Amino acid sequence: MLNERKRTNSVAPPSDHSESPRVSRRGFLEMTAATTFLFSFSVPMRSTRAAGEAASFAPNAFIRINRHGEVTLIMPQVEMGQGTYTSISMILAEELDADWSLVRVEHAPADEKLYANPDLTIQATGNSNSIRAFWKPLRVAGAATRACFVEAAARAWGISSAECRTENSKVIHNRTGRTLDYGALVDRAAAITPAKDPPLKDASAFRLIGRSLKRLDTPDKVNGKAQYGIDVLPPGVKFATLASSPVLGGSVAHVDDHRALAVPGVRQIVVLDDLVAVVGDHMWAAKCGLEALDITWNDGPNAEVSSDLIWSQLRSASLRVGAVAKEVGDVKKALGAGGERSNEVITSTYELPLLAHACMEPLNCTVHVTPTSAEAWIGTQVMERVRAAVAKAAGLPESQVTVHNHLIGGGFGRKLEPDMAYSAARIAKHVDGPVKVVWTREEDIRHDIYRPVYRDILWARLEGARIVGWKHRVSGSAVMARFLPAFFQKGVDPDGVDSAQDIPYDIPNYRVEFNREEPPGVITGFWRGVGPNNNVFAIESFIEELARKAGKDSIAFRRAHLDKTPRLQAALDLVREKSGWGTPLPTRCGRGVAAQISFASFIATVVECEVDGAGEVKLRRVTSAVDTGISVNPDTVMAQLQGGLVFGLTAALYGEITLKKGRVQQSNFHDYRMLRIDQVPQIDVHLIKSGEAPGGIGETGATASIPALRNAIYAATGVALRRMPIDRNLLATTHT
Amino acid sequence: MISLRINGETREVDVPPNMALLWVLRDVLGMTGTKFGCGIAQCGACTVHMDGKAVRSCLLPVGAIGERAITTIEGIGATSNGTKVQKAWLDLEVIQCGYCQSGQIMSAAALLDAIPHPDDADIDAAMAGNICRCGTYVRIRQAIKHAATEA
Repeated sequence: MLNERKRTNSVAPPSDHSESPRVSRRGFLEMTAATTFLFSFSVPMRSTRAAGEAASFAPNAFIRINRHGEVTLIMPQVEMGQGTYTSISMILAEELDADWSLVRVEHAPADEKLYANPDLTIQATGNSNSIRAFWKPLRVAGAATRACFVEAAARAWGISSAECRTENSKVIHNRTGRTLDYGALVDRAAAITPAKDPPLKDASAFRLIGRSLKRLDTPDKVNGKAQYGIDVLPPGVKFATLASSPVLGGSVAHVDDHRALAVPGVRQIVVLDDLVAVVGDHMWAAKCGLEALDITWNDGPNAEVSSDLIWSQLRSASLRVGAVAKEVGDVKKALGAGGERSNEVITSTYELPLLAHACMEPLNCTVHVTPTSAEAWIGTQVMERVRAAVAKAAGLPESQVTVHNHLIGGGFGRKLEPDMAYSAARIAKHVDGPVKVVWTREEDIRHDIYRPVYRDILWARLEGARIVGWKHRVSGSAVMARFLPAFFQKGVDPDGVDSAQDIPYDIPNYRVEFNREEPPGVITGFWRGVGPNNNVFAIESFIEELARKAGKDSIAFRRAHLDKTPRLQAALDLVREKSGWGTPLPTRCGRGVAAQISFASFIATVVECEVDGAGEVKLRRVTSAVDTGISVNPDTVMAQLQGGLVFGLTAALYGEITLKKGRVQQSNFHDYRMLRIDQVPQIDVHLIKSGEAPGGIGETGATASIPALRNAIYAATGVALRRMPIDRNLLATTHT
Repeated sequence: MISLRINGETREVDVPPNMALLWVLRDVLGMTGTKFGCGIAQCGACTVHMDGKAVRSCLLPVGAIGERAITTIEGIGATSNGTKVQKAWLDLEVIQCGYCQSGQIMSAAALLDAIPHPDDADIDAAMAGNICRCGTYVRIRQAIKHAATEA
């Protein structure tokens, strides 16, 4: 039974001090050292022969098979809960026809040449594109490897490879039924050059893809064995925690450390320009030491930054005409003779706040710097950037830096940044031996790289119940301009207008503008849902207001503008059926819908809520219908949507980072709240079977639930909220 | 020296009595299955059992434990309800990133010890102290009920 969990599956911890008997870091180090080709699957690799280890066949950067037939798959994308280790393995094993019970996975090392994400161009995991970006390369890698085994067996038998098939890590001679295990063919296969463009399976022949196989990473997550970056304990490790300048760009003026040094277990205080770290025998000592420090800061140029300042700057900037991301038809004419100021034109403005990521695993990085080398242990979405950051901090060439990746205790975009590794390495440079630097929750929240503030202005004109003109101006940070500058062209941030310039609705005349405005005193970055989070919120809120203006049912109005997008129509139809849409509800209860194409998935979501007299919102039910193309692992798709919906609802109900005197005011889960189990209603996700290419899924739920809840509140109360998080005062009927 | 009874074994640790159990487990004993999440008993990631009751180890001074038995995620599989919860978590594929799940499992096992067949209100009351940022709550609820039905 494939669905039975095979205990032989495991994620290999990458470090030598691991307890796992199946660690094979040496194997992959040798393999990568011997691998010099660019991102390609066509160059044959010599099998490696590490001492005490069976010889193995490693025809590409993703697959290694030893003489015992054990299949090691090297993961080019990182596991942060989204299930990608299992899905990537399923794709490789599918085309390889590997015995699933013999599959184990290994974290990839930092190596951009081998493991760059084809869509992102760097070694990064993000934008919900692991499956989309690697779907073809992994299938080719698996199929080419399989073909080597077939050819090796055919040569051994003295027959044509056309007479053979493969199943469960075996080559089978069709006529005689003879078999040879892949393990037995390793040496012969290594002599064969893998094909560049091997034939791929027809979807009807899939044996693994499309099945809800059990995840490979979860068995060790129920018993404490799973190793996250924060769990590493290299021999002789010390423990550190830090205080960074509370104001971005500030610096240390003075440190009185005599009380801190008196704390039992405190060994050292490291004072850098912008932070102070306490190093001790354990985190308790380091934390107590940090509390005992008396630090005076120079606040620097951002000392007067406040949320009021950030918003007033953004609101002014949003009045500028933005760079044109897309223009179709004649928008000026369609919006009427009076242009966007015409009385016929409907306009509305939507705003989203700064948000922290609040991953459950606080920021951390363990680093050992010596005069000639550095070693870092971390869970990161950007291996190569972490290596570069550690190298820069240590003053060493990158070739002297080794980074070990780990399971990640929540990424959500935060771990697309290497800042924590840079800070940890700068501290480690002053420490003798390895040091594990762990941020307190307070430092993690206050020194995040925040989701941008956004302000969207939309204009539209209706003729009857049809939208004939549409203009959408997005104002906010250009995250891509900082993260991957080559993608920022002509003033348009492709992430900033993602899901806006490609709005699904059929509107004959429309224009989308992007207006870059960076908030002062704050660095912004990717946050689960990225650009579509803002755009789907603004569009779906505005569409709802237009539907009401047109006097149409919310789903019917959307559907009428989606004749060219049947996949989204089908999702709307299914969610209407499954959500109880249109059935009576008690007073102050409402249902709201949101439709979206984001990350190449087609999703319709209905949230049902109740708003009490104090303006408090109670979630009653959430229903989503999704067409994400081929689901590699359907249960994972469902799980990602369920979780993503909760992630978005959390932001809608509570999420806001504010600043005063340059300082972030929130600090921990009491004032940066998370949704808890007693607030989460029934969530039903319905998958639409599809043979289309796989879409992205990890971020889609977060994007879907915010506008759906906003529209549910609109239905329940008649109040059209125009900014998040929800302002209870606007919803309350009783004021105290 | 402080003597602790952890997962049925006696462990001697040379640490200050006010040191939180969390850091003794993680940094002194190398038992890293118990997680640090917030340090102020807001998130539940550090949940362990003390004499069978779920407690937050980030605020529990080791000097206050005395003879009471500590059970951690590394040892919960040796208990009947611990095994059931672990199995249910895998059967229903509850886990995503997994970082909070040590604490979730410890809270769920303690719940089943106290209430063998919890209803939704019991689950809310016992589990609301455990935050899951991945949002696995729907499956946590299902898995607790699933575990409760296992013989």
